[in-house]
Amino acid sequence: MRAHYGYKDGSGDYFIIIDTDKCNGCGKCVKACPYHVLEMVPNEFDLEGNPMAAVGEEHRKKIKYSCAPCKPVAGERKLPCVLACEPKAIEHSW
Amino acid sequence: MSQTEVKVEYWRWPEYRSTVPNVSWSNAKAITAGVDIGSVGSKAAVLVDGELYAFAAMRTGGVSEATAVKAINWALEGTGLEIGKLNYVVGTGYGRVNVPFAKRTITEIACHARGAHYIYGPTVRTVLDIGGQDCKAIRCDEKGKVLSFLMNDKCAAGTGRGLEVFADLIRVPVQDLDKVSLNVDQDPPPVSNTCVIFAKAESLALLRQGWSKEKVAAAYHTAMANRIVDLLSRVGVEKDFVITGGVAKNMGIVKRLEKILNIKPLEPKMDPILAGALGAGLFAKALYEKEQGLR
Repeated sequence: MRAHYGYKDGSGDYFIIIDTDKCNGCGKCVKACPYHVLEMVPNEFDLEGNPMAAVGEEHRKKIKYSCAPCKPVAGERKLPCVLACEPKAIEHSW
Repeated sequence: MSQTEVKVEYWRWPEYRSTVPNVSWSNAKAITAGVDIGSVGSKAAVLVDGELYAFAAMRTGGVSEATAVKAINWALEGTGLEIGKLNYVVGTGYGRVNVPFAKRTITEIACHARGAHYIYGPTVRTVLDIGGQDCKAIRCDEKGKVLSFLMNDKCAAGTGRGLEVFADLIRVPVQDLDKVSLNVDQDPPPVSNTCVIFAKAESLALLRQGWSKEKVAAAYHTAMANRIVDLLSRVGVEKDFVITGGVAKNMGIVKRLEKILNIKPLEPKMDPILAGALGAGLFAKALYEKEQGLR
């Protein structure tokens, strides 16, 4: 499942997309994120409740700002969460 | 305020309950319930062996726990059942942690997909839930399992609450807004669609300019539909497309969505406001059966 966390407002689309089928629940992205945006939660979508990465509740409505320090001002720069994720389950929309 | 002026709450939609005829619980193996505490409306659905038996939809009060109890008791009214006789209850929605008698909570996204699958059948691939304070776009498979979802709960533009605010502004009961908005020859340009407050201010300005209620309502509904389509475009729309939640009953939004997307949403076989509660009730049945099997 592709879980979109974030929002769209007048200035653009701000979504962190986590592919829960790829996410193995290792938690490396949680450690890699310097601003504690990500957290491990039980997957509410399968009744087993295996751990999956998600954007923390308090960041969901402000990820444009929470993630801003990691975003490149110019040129290419990989985000720590994307780099840390071995199964490549994390994507940013902006 | 003059003494003759009557204060009418145009936003207050009627609450209702119903029992499905020809369904009996006396020989039931599993009596389950789903309680969906939304930000504006609370819904309770009682299922007998996975079939809808009784339901209630009412406004969410100030205390979620009390609303949850009130909603389920109202749904059970006259059925001879009581909370204690329910085998399993699942809570869902914005206030799902505040359902004191629920054994478990499940996210409303999964419940809406499951409920839409039940209401509209297994051909459903895209579910758009337009609730009181948020809007969810969900893609699901033939079993009602969620494949992709997106939720906008940052702002009230494109939600039921926005309609309630607008109903108060033009003094038309919220359940009649759609008819008013469709009573135009051609849709005027939409108002601002990123904020309910701005959209309301713009609508007011248009009324001041002498636009008719119908024309302003059409502009407001078009703005809402545009906003919703914007969100939907990120997850994509695949047939069959359905709309759930309270706003699914507003044909002004539904018809405009249909026009923009060029896809006709399926006709609901039962009240689409119940999708979340129904989904929760169906999960409750699955969980109850699992629990029984383990014993």
